[in-house]
Formats: sequence, C-alpha cells, structure tokens
Amino acid sequence: MKILYNEPSPLETRVLSRRFGLENSERLDTYLATGGFEAFRKALEIGPDQIISEVKTSALRGRGGAGFPTGMKWSFVPRNHPKPRYIIVNADESEPGTCKDRLLMEYDPYQLLEGMLIAGIAVDSRKGYIYVRGEYRYLITHLERVVEEAYSRGYLGKNVAGTGFEFDVYLHSGAGAYECGEETALLDSLEGKRGIPRMKPPFPAVSGAWQSPTLLNNVETFSAVPHIILNGGQWFAGLGTPKNGGTRLVCISGHVNKPGVYELPLGYPMLKAIYEVAGGIPGGRKLKAVIPGGSSCPVLRAAECDLAMDYDSLAKAGSMLGSGGMVVMDETTDMVRAALRIMAFYQHESCGWCIPCREGTAWLRKMLARLDAGIGTPADIDLVGELSKNMLGRTFCALGDAAAMPTISIVEKFRDEFEAKLQSYAAAGLVQVG
Amino acid sequence: MTFSAELEARFAKMMQSYPPGRERSALVPMLLYAQDEIGHVSEALILEVAARLNISRLDVDEVIGYYSMLHKRPLGKYHVQVCTNISCLLAGGEQLLEHAKKSLGIGHKEVTPDGQFSLEEVECMGACCWAPALEINYDFHHFVTPEKLDQLIASLEKVQ
Repeated sequence: MKILYNEPSPLETRVLSRRFGLENSERLDTYLATGGFEAFRKALEIGPDQIISEVKTSALRGRGGAGFPTGMKWSFVPRNHPKPRYIIVNADESEPGTCKDRLLMEYDPYQLLEGMLIAGIAVDSRKGYIYVRGEYRYLITHLERVVEEAYSRGYLGKNVAGTGFEFDVYLHSGAGAYECGEETALLDSLEGKRGIPRMKPPFPAVSGAWQSPTLLNNVETFSAVPHIILNGGQWFAGLGTPKNGGTRLVCISGHVNKPGVYELPLGYPMLKAIYEVAGGIPGGRKLKAVIPGGSSCPVLRAAECDLAMDYDSLAKAGSMLGSGGMVVMDETTDMVRAALRIMAFYQHESCGWCIPCREGTAWLRKMLARLDAGIGTPADIDLVGELSKNMLGRTFCALGDAAAMPTISIVEKFRDEFEAKLQSYAAAGLVQVG
Repeated sequence: MTFSAELEARFAKMMQSYPPGRERSALVPMLLYAQDEIGHVSEALILEVAARLNISRLDVDEVIGYYSMLHKRPLGKYHVQVCTNISCLLAGGEQLLEHAKKSLGIGHKEVTPDGQFSLEEVECMGACCWAPALEINYDFHHFVTPEKLDQLIASLEKVQ
C-alpha cells in the first residue's frame, strides 16, 4: 500500500480517487486491471456526438475554478476546421488552498491520459499537452515516465491500444506564475511568452494554442471523463445535485484536525465536511470563517456555512465553489492579517497587463498593511472596500476580481476586527491617530 | 555554451514537441531546465537560448522578468522556498520563515556566503493540506516544524 498524503475518510465517494493507495497505482498494468481504457474503447464506438452528449448529460462543470459546463465547452470546438485541434491540460494548480491535481497526476496519471484521449476523439484532435506548474517538477518527471511507458506499450502514438486512433502527449513546464492558470495566459506561456491574458472572443475553442482550435480543461475535469463515458452521463449526474454532477476532490486545509484531500459528491454539506470528514476544529475552538474554494472566493462567516457544497448553492450564498480549496479559519484567526496575506499574493501575481489590477492590488496591499499595523482611520477601511469594488469586472482576466472578492467580503463581514485593531493600537499609544 | 548530454537530449526533444515553426514555445522550460544545470539564468545562457530559438535577447529577457522561478543571480546550492500563503499562514508558515532566516542567517532572496543555501518566501506551492510546507530545490517537505527545518538544514550543510 502506497503512503497517501492523508488518511482517506469513510465518508468519501471515491470515483476519481478510487485507485489512490493501490500498489503501483500509477502503472499501466494496474490501470488495465482496474477497468482502464474501457472508456476509451467505448468512446471510439459511440463517436464524438455521443461523447459530447454524455458529458453534457453528466452536468460536469470545470474543476479549475470557473465551473463552466464541460460538455458545452467541448461542443464549441469546431471539428471540421482546417487547422489541427489541440487538447491542453491545465495542471498549473496554483489557487491558494488547492492541492488536488497533484494527487490525480501522482496516483492515477493514466486516468488523466484516458480523459485526454476521449477528448481527442470528441474534437478530432491528435495532440495533447499537459502544462504543469514548474514547482511540480517531481510530477513532470513522474509523468514523463508514465508517457514513456504508454508509448512503449502502445497506449499512445500512432495506434492507441490497437484501435488505429493516433494521439501524442507532450509535457510542458511552467516556471512560477499563478496567472498562467488562466486559460489564455496559459496559452501565451505555452507559446514561449509572458503569461498575459488574451482578449476574448475569440475563445480558445476557436482560436487557442498557436491560433488553432483548443480544448483546455483542468486535470480533475479530464480525469472525470472516463467514468462518465463508462458509466453514463446520467450516473455521474446522479452522484451530485441538479446541474452539479459528480464528485469533487475537496482540499480541506487550515484549522481542522484532519486536513486533507477528500472526494465528496457535489452538494455535500459544508459543516459535515468540516466537522466529520476533516475531524473538526482543534481544541474544540469555534469556527469563524471559511474560504470555500480557493483564496479568490468571498469568505463565508461561520453562520453562513450551513449549506450544500455545489456551484449554485455557493453562488446563492454570495461566494463560489472555485477550485475546491476549502480553508477553515477558527476563532483565533486574525482576519485583517488574512486579508493582507491574500492581497499580497494577488499583488505579487498580477501580471501587470491591466491597470486596475496592477495598481489596485499594489495600493490595497499597502493600505491593508497599514491597517494591519493599526494605522489609519475608519475611512481607510471604507476605502479598501471601495477600491476593491472598482477593480471588479474591469480587467481582461479574473485575477482582478479574484483579488477584490475576498477583500470586499472580509471588510464587510469582519469590519469590527479592523476597527478593533485601530482602537487597540491607538489605546496602547502604539500609533498616532489623526 | 555546452550543456550536459542529458540536457541536450531534453532540448532536442523539446524542439520536436511543438508545431513546426513554433519552436519558441520551448523557451520557458528550456530556461528552467538550463538554470537547474548551471545555477542561474546567465547572460551567456540568454544569448545561447535566443540563438537556438531564433528570437531576440529581448524576447528572452522579458520572459525571464515574468516568471518567479527564473533567477538572473546565482541561487544557493539548496534553494529553500517557504510558503506563507493562507493555508500555511494558518499553520505557522510565517514563524517558519522567520526561523529559516535566523537559522540560515539570511533574508528573503539572499544567499549564504558559502553559496550553500538561499532563501525565498514563496506563494502557494500546492501543499495546503499538509501545511506548513516548503520546497528545497524541487523536493517538497510537509508539516514542517522549526526543529524539522533545522534537521533538514543540518543534513544538507555537509553535502558538497
């Protein structure tokens, strides 16, 4: 038995992670012995239209963060285009709080490859790239060995699994840039440039990598596809809630007794995830807040956490399911400090292309640093909220929004902590007010 | 410039990985793998890569400025990267960074006088559920305590 990063929970619904922990789970023989490549064969039989229809029925939504319906995305790629089509895996996992794609690539890389192959059939593509963040070098080395094995055993190349289907897979390393997780910035990076977001439209489905039609999805999204094809879109949809099909690898971090990556069906109760799956909060302390899906999501107060974890319920609560990175914060958490650290991240990662984001994140970082040091007046707290709101929707990509949304939510929901900090520092004579 | 046979083989493979005429796509991985071998992105490396990909040195330079893993100055033999982003922050990442500064006697983006270690406060490295985390070169270390960090440093001090 392979050592996992965390003990699995009996409360999980293990679909994508069902091979995790098996001996040699990353090897082709293990994959073949556990139903591997059956979905690929079935996909060849049913053909592109039926594949896309099953993915649509499955209600699978992008696992990278945006939650766009995958089947819909696939249907936008023109199949009878004069240019070649490309399949691109976004393995630039960088959203703070998210560490699931790592495990999918480490423990079940063939599941990802099979998902890519099926996507290849669906949009008539012959070439796929896996864009892996540079920090995951051990995974690039690991995937290189996997791809080499796949070629030598005839599961990639000119005649995949003896079916006559041709498909090549290449690995591509990033070199440290959160922004490259944004799909059009990723494409620029793949082309050897700074990762700067492109104007949309045209969307990558029509003009993506090297100006060719491109299908780009997250590692987890591709990894779900073999299960959908094999067991049917209906089955996958049935695991979750309406319009929110399947399971997700939820990364529970922060103040919990058993942090870890757990596969839970969409619509799983958030409090149950915190208190039962992840073992509750250490020392019996009280829950203060939760970042539900990576640091770009608006923060929920403890009182708002009694909800189902699916895209629509989170949207109704004014937040997002995002990339599955759930950060739990207990009553000891300094929310001003958390807001500052989150903003420092976005300021560091802003590519500088759009002024509202480049300047906005820099000013917000400075203002939050001052407030964190107890310097300022209540009007400065308002200004943080105002400035953040002025970034919303005014940038090419979502990084500006990603910086603004958590900040707005923290300022609104935890304003008392900002004020208390100003008052206590002033009362202690540590700073001058006025 | 001469590289190891292994790196040359990797470059050759990279040149075949992208559509014809799109070899520039190899730029970022080429720089990163070359940096791993020679220690930093030197002036000579910039010119070499520009020549091989048939692009200007400015094309290479502007790319280097964008990616946080590409360094124009030599790093230590062991580059200690401590994450202090939100999940690590909640698990003591900042204290760990402070401890690393004290133990190594250097600050953020500095190198020890003997060139053995360098230190960097980095953004989320995808180890949130096993925080606080750090990477030494490309090796992940999870649930790192100050004691564990000191042991790691001690074990690497002796390695030449």
